[in-house]
This record gives sequence, C-alpha cells and structure tokens, in this order.
Amino acid sequence: MTLAAGFTTPSIQYSLISPMLVVFGAAVVGVVVEAFVARPSRYLVQTALAVVAVVTALVLTVLVGLDLPVKAGTAGRGRIAVEGAIAVDGPTVFIWGTILALSLISVLLFAERALEGGVTAFAGQAAALPGTSAEREASTRGLEHTEVFPLMLFSIGGMMLFPSSNDLVTMFVGLEVLSLPLYLLCGLARRRRLLSQEAAMKYFLLGAFSSGFFLYGVALTYGYAGSMNLADIAEAVSGRIGGQVLLLVGIGMLAVGMLFKASAAPFHSWTPDVYQGAPTAVTAFMSACTKVAAFGALLRLFYVAFGPARWDWTVMMGIVAVLTMLVGSILAITQSDMKRMLAYSSIAHAGFVLVGFIGVRSVGSFDDLQLSSVQAVLFYLVTYGFMSIGSFAIVTVVRDSGGEATHLSRWAGLGKESPVLAGVFAFFLLGMAGIPLTSGFTAKWAVFAAAFAGGAWPLVVIGVVLSAVAAFFYLRVIVLMFFSEPVGEGPVVMNPSILTTIVIAIGFAVTVVLGVFPGPVLDLAASAGQFIR
Amino acid sequence: MFATLQESVPVVDPSATSGVLSLLWVVVALPALGAAVVLVLGNRRTAAWAPLLGCATVIVSFALSLVCFVALLGRDSAHRQVAQTLWRWMDAGSFKVDMGILYDPLSALFLLLVTGVGALIHIYSVGYMAHDERRARFFGYLNLFVASMLTLVLADNYLVMFLGWEGVGLASYLLIGFWQHKTTAAVAAKKAFVVNRVGDLGMALAIMLAFATFGTVGFSGISAAASHASYATMTALGLLFLLAACGKSAQVPLQSWLLDAMEGPTPVSALIHAATMVTAGVYLVVRSSFIYDYTQAAQTAVVVVGTVTLLWGAVIGCAKDDIKKALAGSTMSQIGYMMLAAGLGPAGYAFAIFHLLTHGFFKANMFLGAGSVMHAMDDDVDMRHYGALAKAVPVTFVTFAMGYLAIIGIPPFAGFWSKDKIIEAALADNPVAGIAALVGAGITAFYMTRVMLMTFGGKRRWLEGVHPHESPAVMTGPLVALGALSALGGLLLLGGWVVDWLAPVVGAEPEGSFGLPAIVVSLIALAVVIVGIVIAWLTVGRHDVPATAPQRVSVVTRAARADLYGDAFNEAMLMRPGDELVNGLLAFDRQVVDSAVMGSGGAFGLMSSSFRRVQTGFVRSYALSLLGGALVVLVALLVVNL
Repeated sequence: MTLAAGFTTPSIQYSLISPMLVVFGAAVVGVVVEAFVARPSRYLVQTALAVVAVVTALVLTVLVGLDLPVKAGTAGRGRIAVEGAIAVDGPTVFIWGTILALSLISVLLFAERALEGGVTAFAGQAAALPGTSAEREASTRGLEHTEVFPLMLFSIGGMMLFPSSNDLVTMFVGLEVLSLPLYLLCGLARRRRLLSQEAAMKYFLLGAFSSGFFLYGVALTYGYAGSMNLADIAEAVSGRIGGQVLLLVGIGMLAVGMLFKASAAPFHSWTPDVYQGAPTAVTAFMSACTKVAAFGALLRLFYVAFGPARWDWTVMMGIVAVLTMLVGSILAITQSDMKRMLAYSSIAHAGFVLVGFIGVRSVGSFDDLQLSSVQAVLFYLVTYGFMSIGSFAIVTVVRDSGGEATHLSRWAGLGKESPVLAGVFAFFLLGMAGIPLTSGFTAKWAVFAAAFAGGAWPLVVIGVVLSAVAAFFYLRVIVLMFFSEPVGEGPVVMNPSILTTIVIAIGFAVTVVLGVFPGPVLDLAASAGQFIR
Repeated sequence: MFATLQESVPVVDPSATSGVLSLLWVVVALPALGAAVVLVLGNRRTAAWAPLLGCATVIVSFALSLVCFVALLGRDSAHRQVAQTLWRWMDAGSFKVDMGILYDPLSALFLLLVTGVGALIHIYSVGYMAHDERRARFFGYLNLFVASMLTLVLADNYLVMFLGWEGVGLASYLLIGFWQHKTTAAVAAKKAFVVNRVGDLGMALAIMLAFATFGTVGFSGISAAASHASYATMTALGLLFLLAACGKSAQVPLQSWLLDAMEGPTPVSALIHAATMVTAGVYLVVRSSFIYDYTQAAQTAVVVVGTVTLLWGAVIGCAKDDIKKALAGSTMSQIGYMMLAAGLGPAGYAFAIFHLLTHGFFKANMFLGAGSVMHAMDDDVDMRHYGALAKAVPVTFVTFAMGYLAIIGIPPFAGFWSKDKIIEAALADNPVAGIAALVGAGITAFYMTRVMLMTFGGKRRWLEGVHPHESPAVMTGPLVALGALSALGGLLLLGGWVVDWLAPVVGAEPEGSFGLPAIVVSLIALAVVIVGIVIAWLTVGRHDVPATAPQRVSVVTRAARADLYGDAFNEAMLMRPGDELVNGLLAFDRQVVDSAVMGSGGAFGLMSSSFRRVQTGFVRSYALSLLGGALVVLVALLVVNL
C-alpha cells in the first residue's frame, strides 16, 4: 500500500473562507514588503496594504453572507468548510464583518502620525533598550516599525479564525494566532517604553498560562468525547457517555482560556495593566476586536459543543458574570488613570455581555418579538466596539509634554479647552453607561431582555444595579471635564490628522445611529440566525 | 322617563364627506398656516403684513365655513353628519387614532361662531393693537387660537379634541401674558395655566377611561357602545369630563382664573375669555350627550355646578369697579346658565348652545365696547373714572347698549330668547335650579345696569388729561356688526329652528311640564329683570359715584370684591397643604434618599479602595488569581453537578 492510497485531497472551499485568506495573505505580503521595499515608502505601502486587505475582506464577507445557503434540517444558514475545521454560518459572517469593520478604523489609528511629530505611536526601534543612546539615535533618525501592520493583520486573521473554528484544535490555533502578534504589539509603545514592555511581558506570561488551561481542557474534552469536532462533542454530551468529571473539568478549563481573553473576572487581572501600558491604538484595537472574537468563540463553543450540557455550566457562568460586573464597575470608581478606568469599564462590559450569553435562548424557541441571546450579544459587541475605539481614539489626542495625558486630573476642564471633543467623549461615556438614545442603552436592553426571557432574572437585577454603579464613574469624568477648573496649565488637545478624526467621527456616528435606529443592525444580527454544526 | 330618554339618545354615525365639505380641513389649516408663518419667521420680519395675513386667513375660513354651512343646510336632517379622515395619527397595537373631522349641525354652528366672531375681533385688533411693537406676534397667537379652537370643535374623537383643547389653553396662556413685562399679566397667565391643568387632568383621565372601556376614543364608536357600559363607568366619565369643562369654562370650583385673565389685551378677553374658548366646556358636555344621557348623577352634578356658578359670577359682577372684571364675572355667570341647560339633558342641550351663540355675540360686543371705552380713556379700566361717556363715544354707547339689553334679557334682543328658554327648562326640571336662574337674571340686570350707569351715565369723573374720543372705524365696524347680532340673534329661534337643527346631534326636546304657560314664565322673568334695573337705579343711578370705592360696605360686598374668597380658599386648602407636602418631600429626599444614595456611594467607594489592593502589579499574584479563578470555575461546575 502506498502512502498516496490512504490520502485523499482535502476539499477546501476557498470562496467561503476567502475573507480570512485575504487577510492572512496580505499579512504575509506585508512581511515581504518589510524585506524589499525601501524604508521611506514602507509606511505608505503597509498602510495601503492593510486598508485594502481589510476592505477587500469586508466586501468578500458581505458576498459570502449574501450567498449563505440554508443548512438542511436546521434553523441556521451556512456550511461546514475545510474538512470540518471551519464553520461558515450566519454568526460567523456577522462576527467577521464586525471584526473587519472595527479593524478598519483601528488601522487608521495605527497609521496616525500627526500626534508624534511625523512618526507613528510605535517604538522607533523596539530592540533598543529604553534610555540608551541607541534609542535616542533611532528617535532622531525618525525610525518607525511598520511591521505593526502585518502583525495586526495576522492578529485580525486569528480573530476571524477563532470564532469560526469548528474543532478544538483549530480553535486553539486561532487563539494563538490572534494572541502572539498582540503580545508583540503591546510592547511597542514609543513613549513610556518600560511600562509598555512590562505590559507585554505580563500579557505574554499570563496568556501562555491561560493557553495551558485551554489546551488541558482540549485534552480532557477529547478524552471524554473521543473527538475534537464540536458536533461530535455535542453528540457525546447529549448522549451522556463516559465520565461526567472528565467533561466538567474539560468545560471548566476551556472556559478559563476563553474568559481570560474576554477579560472576565477573576481572569481579568492583566487587563488594566496591559490596557494602560500598550500603545493606545493597540489598546483600542484589542479592547474591541479581541472581545468580539473571544465572545464569538465562547458562544460557539458553549452553544454548539456544550449546548446540551447547558444546565451544568449556567451557574458557573452566572458566578463569573456577577464577579465580572462587580469587579469592573466597582474597581473603576477609584481609578485615577483614564486608560485603566476604560479597562475596568471594558471588564464591566464583558460582564454585561455574559449576562446576555447566559440567557441562552436560541432562535426558533420563541416568537419573533423576543431577542435571542446570540442576537443580543452580537449587537452588544458591535456597539461596545465602536464606543471603545472611539473613546481610546480621544485618549490619544489629549496630551501634554510627556505624551498622552492619561491621568484623570489632567482631564479637568477639558470642556472649556475643547468643547466638541469633550462633548463627544461625554457622549461615548453616556453610551457606555447605557443612557437612552445611545447605542449603549439599546445594547444593554437587548442583553438584559434576552437574559430575562431565558429566566436569568437574578442576573438581570444585579446587572441593572451595577449599571447604576458604573454610571457613577462615567458621570464623574463628565463632571470633571465640564465642571472642574483645569489643574495647572490644563490639558492640551493636539490636532490629529484626518485619520483619527475619521475614527472618532465614525465611532460617534455609530453610537448615535444605533441608539436612535437600532432596528436594521438588530435585524441583521437576528438574521445571522443560529450556529450550525 | 329616564328609560325613554335612553332610547332617544342619538348615535354619531357620520357619512363620508363629499363636494365642498371635503374642503373642511382648509378651515383649520388656514389659520394654522398663518400662525406657523408668523411665529416661525418672527415678529420683526412679519411686522408689516402679519395683521393682514391674520385677518385674511380667518375671513377666508369664515367664508368657507359659511359655504359648508349652506351645503349642510341643503341636506335633509338625516344626512347632516359627515366625517373625513385626514390621516392616521397614532398606531400602537390596538390603540389607533385617526386625525379625523366630524362636521355636524353642532360643529357647523361653532365653526360659524369661531370664525365669524374671530374675524370681527381680528379686524378690531388691527386698530386696537396698532401701536404695539409685538403686534405681529399677537396676530400669530390669535391665529393659533382660532386654529386650535377649530380643531377642538371639528374633532371626531376625544384625543384630537384634546389636541385642540390643549392648543386653546396654550394660546390663552400666551395671550393672557401677552404683555409679559407686567408682573400681573405674567402671574395671571400662570394662574390660568395651572388651574386649567387641573381640568385637563380630568379630560386626560376621561379619555383613558373611555379607551379602557370602549377600546376607542372616537365619538361614533363610544356613542354606539354607550348603552352597554355600566352606570358607574358612565358616571365616572361624566364627572371627569365635567371637571375638564369646569377648568376650561371657569365654573366653580375652578373659576378663579377667569377674573385674572382680564390682564390680557381686550380683544383676547372678547374672543377667548368671553365668546369662544370659555364655552368649550359647554361644547364638551353637549358633544358628550351620549354619555350624560346615561347617567343621571353626572347630569345632576352639571346642573349643580351651573347653578352655583351662575349665582357666583353674578354676585362677583355686582361689586367690581374694573369694567373688564365686571364683564368677566358676567361671563362666568352666563356660562353657568349654559352649563345648567346642558345638565338638563335633551330638554336643555339646544338652549345651552343657543345661549352660547347669543352670548358669543353680545359678550364679544360688550368686551370690544369696553376696549373701545378703555381706548378712549387712556387704558383706564376703573369705572369710577368714567361717567357721561355716552356723548363722547356715541357708536360705542349704542352698540354697548344693544349688548346690555341683550344680556339682561329685554325682548326682542337675543339674550331674552335664549335665557328665557333656559329658565323655562330649568323650572320644568327642578324648581330650585329654576328659581336660582330667575334670581340670577335679576342680579344680571342689576350689575349690567350698574355698569351702564357708571360708564355712560351720571357725571364726568374723568381723570385729568383724559380726552375721550371715538375709536377708529376699524374698531367700530366690528362693534356695529356684533351690536346688530346682539339685537337680532334671537331670530335663530324663529319657528324653533335651532332646536330642530340640533336635534340629530343631541336628541329631540321632550315636552317640559311646569304647570305654568311659557308666556307667564317669560313675564315673571321680565318682572324680575325690571326689579334688578330699578334697584340699580336706586343705588347707583340716583347718587354721585364716589371716585374711590367706599370701604365701609356690607359683608356681602366685601366678599364679592374678593371674588367670594375663591383665591383665599384655594390658597388655604390647596396651596398651603401643597407647600407643606413639597417641603416634606424635600426633607425626605434630603435626609432619607440622599443619605441612602450617598451612603451606598461611599460604601462602593470603600469596597473599591480595598479591592484595588489586590491589583498589585506582580505577575505572580495575577497568575495566582488566575489559578484561583480556575478553581472557582471547577468548584462551581462540580458542586452543581455532583
């Protein structure tokens, strides 16, 4: 018997996964560009490449979404592709679209050069030790790392793979592909490099630790189900074969790995340090896109593979959700750094999303007027992503001589210095607090409604109370900006280039529109339908 | 008798509009457009042509109303209800409300009254407001009022009616406070607004109750289902609508705002606070006849309110030296007559509306006359500074006299016919109300004669520097027209026309039975009126009128001067307890709510400060917390399942 006889050519549906292929391909091309394109023109080429790649992928995603076939015998639409490794279904397409749209505006933030005197906000020469003459030389020569763009593209590719993977190994690969470039990007800040490198180091160590949990969970689950495939696992779980403990520990370990990425408590401890230390553009990208990817994967894993064991894990997830909302909302109160405060806010939002996630109700189990959990969570992720990137973009333009003025006291009196910017920031904060007529309200209402319909009313009550607590620290910043006298010279708002302005404007527009007319996007999230196996 | 009444309650069942009647919406749209143009463009830009626009829109509306009226006259009485749905206004689940018009004999009369008297008063205002800087705005508000009032009377359901109801309230507020630089005017406007809110609350509750009971707020839907509702529901509806009517029509106990409302420009007093808006309450009761006819209790309440108010207003009118306030007291009293009639059921509805129309003519006439006198006397309103004006302002005198003869009920002037019918109907229904109405007629004769004598008779008591002169033609023209209507308005009753005309809307008049022939009742009423005139002559006409009001007067006079202590009552019974309640709530909010909120805020702050110590910055402790978290997750999974 020859080797060839036992090997069949895998069938790969290139058109279905074309968005991912474009992103990964562009990332590889970006690496080549670093090698062959002259230094002065690299910035332009890399930026253009990244933008074109993301836009192309977005267009392809729309085309894939329009063409998604109904899967026979289910309420979902889509196909299992690449020999069962990837599921391209409604939620996948929606998540891809969200990640790509958020990535597109993140690319613009990455490419911003006006704020640092003509160079990007990334380190001139990452290998030069902070405070050495090599660093000074790199700085005077105006060096910059255009590798951030391919790194970002790799990360985006990983983020697309993670929630669309249909087996545990692919999922793990996606997790690592999205994480590794992020670790690097976190350490590349031009200013406050030690803080940045420390953040990268912490993120890497803890990320590796959590990946260990995830991998262990994969092993245990395989031990239980005898398969990596999510559909097979679901079958095994509903059949209740084998040892319960094996399954439960497997679920727990996988949950740890996922919740770490989603920065849910008590796996959140890296979040404030990393968000604060990383370059703000990276923080913006990470806070929005990683969350979408992580929750996408969480939804798929727990609804598809462990859906039949729903009653086993809802209590555990409920505890995590309460802890997350509690930690996020309460610790944010005493933060004195804007980026740390936004980090805790991001943790709190993870908690609210988890509330929606727990009200696990699938499309088809109730009438049209109610929201499904998937719909609510997806909608929440969209609204949060735009608000988050928008507010971090504003953080990049409020500066003093040492770079970004992230200490809260420096924001006092911003309303007088720049009423428009402060007004927009106040609007983002109100949105995150969930005030009506912002997208944040609609999103909170959607997740709470879904959870309530799913019978998780105690979580909803806690969620509403903690929303009120969270509103306190958002409003505190607004009061600080508009009703406090500036300390010392007061904050300075640098004029960014058109890029950052576009980011802020888009974030603002989306927050307004989804607050006033949430219908179309809610419908889109609803039409994403169910996950398929 | 009650049972037979129920069978005769007419149902609102309109047919679709056709021909000229399909242009009815234009009648409302024109003044609305005028108001919108003037108010949007602002006073300065429209100053030159706003009065012209204001008059033109209302005059065209009047012409159109007249054409529609003739068209309606041409139909036989069974087909005189037409409806037109303009668009769907609200659509929320089972709650659907159309922007709809109902044109029937009742609204037809109101259309003529509102646009007709409205047009005359617009024209009069051109002269009266000629020197006011903000006259363009004034005409904008007047147009807004006319549009709202027309919405009110053309609505085919209670919600659209409420829209107009609130619209006239707004216009009234804006116009009472038109001279906002005067504190008294601003305060009066606020008072009118606040008191009206009490009534509006009744209206809103009634609409909700109607929707909850019948599932609709349309007149036709409710009138068709009215016989199926319980007596208690109908009574509640009737009483709530009565509360609304009391607020808008200044009936006891919500009467206090009308006297203060005289702070507005005099054309406003004539149009809004005499001829049209204040009669909206009467319209509401008559329009809701399909509700009141099923509830004896609410009808009795209407009669009581009307009777009390007709005496209350008349007594106040006797003691006022301010010519406009004397007329305002009289307005209150006359609306009391209408309410009384409306409370009598089908026997009185038509006469309520008849008196409403004649009152619209003669009271608008007298208010405009008073405005003309004030114009002559440099805006002095104190009748003690008048006297012997008959020669100085002859046209005003003659027209005012027409109004005077009409209101006190001297045949053949308009008021005689309408008031006499109300007294007859009241006597037939209930001797107490009837005798009160008779006494009221006597008091009316007294105070109106007093006004006439103090203003036009006696000796000159003019202040120095005042040189009375007749008003310009643009002001006297409307006076003449209204004077003629005051004299001839009684023709509407010729051959019982107005009763027959309204029969399809409010039902036919059952035979009254008091035992006395109608002519005897009329003679008695006339005798009472003459007694009133004689008493006025004896007490006012024979002596010189002191230039300042005498202070040593009887208890009754003092009470009447203080508006029968209506304000004092409101202050003691409502405002002070309200103040106390608010102070109590404020203290509760500060001490209990605030401390709870601040306390929990502080608690969260403390929690936050202690939790943040966990965030050490060391990777090792973070990893430990991750491990701890993993344990929590596992324990939670295992405890639940094993």
